[in-house]
Amino acid sequence: METVTLLQSAFDLVLGVALLWLVWQALASPDLFRAIVLFIASGLLMALVWVRLDAPDIALAEAAIGAGLTGALLLVALARLESGNETKISHKNDNEVEAPGVAEKRVPFRWLLVTLLLFLAVGLGYAVLSLPAQSPGLSDYVTQNIKISGVSNPVTAVLLNFRGYDTLLEMAVLLLALLGVWSLSAATEQREASPGPVLDMLSRLLVPLLILVAGYLLWAGAHAPGGAFQAGAVLGAAGVLLLLTGWRPGASFSGLPLRITLVMGLGVFIAVGIVLMLTGRRLLEYPASFAGMLILLIEAAATLSIGITLAALFLGSRPGTGANR
Amino acid sequence: MSLTEILTFILLTAGALFFLAGTVGLLRFPDVYTRLHALTKADNVGLGLVVAGLALQAESWAAAGKLLLIWVLVLLAGASVAHLVAVAARQRGIKAWKQ
Repeated sequence: METVTLLQSAFDLVLGVALLWLVWQALASPDLFRAIVLFIASGLLMALVWVRLDAPDIALAEAAIGAGLTGALLLVALARLESGNETKISHKNDNEVEAPGVAEKRVPFRWLLVTLLLFLAVGLGYAVLSLPAQSPGLSDYVTQNIKISGVSNPVTAVLLNFRGYDTLLEMAVLLLALLGVWSLSAATEQREASPGPVLDMLSRLLVPLLILVAGYLLWAGAHAPGGAFQAGAVLGAAGVLLLLTGWRPGASFSGLPLRITLVMGLGVFIAVGIVLMLTGRRLLEYPASFAGMLILLIEAAATLSIGITLAALFLGSRPGTGANR
Repeated sequence: MSLTEILTFILLTAGALFFLAGTVGLLRFPDVYTRLHALTKADNVGLGLVVAGLALQAESWAAAGKLLLIWVLVLLAGASVAHLVAVAARQRGIKAWKQ
């Protein structure tokens, strides 16, 4: 038994050091492409850290969103940067010397940043040290009330029931992010491209499987790690894969149907809240008898919206409907 | 130590050796094509051996099946991605290494 715990501690130590080293490498790398690859690798290690901390829900979210989709978004952003101003951003050029004026201008800014970060570090350290050594936390309340939440997975109970308005606002943030991206770039005409046989075969095999996994994660969220955000991220990954193989949403889907799908998650959430208020309850205070059903309804709509939103973020610009031609 | 435990031990060690060899190859081989070759050996065979070793310890057939599914998915993704990277490298005009 002794050697097992020792091995586990050694593994945790290696994991922690490797994560910190990867994050530092990603921050310090002058080559943006390299930095993104290191960021994706650090996201995967971060997911392992969450597994070791017994938080599989966060590990799933980190692997799917933090490492997977954020990585894909960063890569597509880099591709746009490079095609936009090829002359300004040189990539894979570590030995490039900055113009002296630029370097001088940056020095005060850097010191300001260091000071602010020091304040933040001291504040965080103080906050951690001033925590009571043994705090009961809120997990006891959650366990006591899990019966009326409608689900048996405590994480889902907190996210969709006890603190449902947090998740409601998160859905709004995601929608706002996409609205921001859409307002910044003009609608583009979509052109389908041929992916080549290998990518085509891979997408044909993986996309149905990804949709199945998303459905499973959504359903399993009621009693095991999973839920709307993880399922939505997997659905988003299927969308990214389809976009990479050259598929584009047709003009018939790009208009109203797409917009309805995007706002559906937030819309259903708000509608449920308002209906509950009209029946004399508080916002998102579910009646215990059909709390489980309401949560599944909200999560199903949210999964679809999150998946389509993430894929739309990857596409970048608003897909043209062809009506303006 | 039962027979399955010994088998698991052998399979996991062999898998770890493949991963080690693949990593050394990834770091030491001269160009992108040979590095891809080393990487896919580690991913395919190394992970296959590790999955086989873990499947012997699985509590149920369903768990063993899930492990096998992971391996099949990695085979699929690994082979496709290696192909895509190699095609991209060729299109950029990276020449294959010659002695």
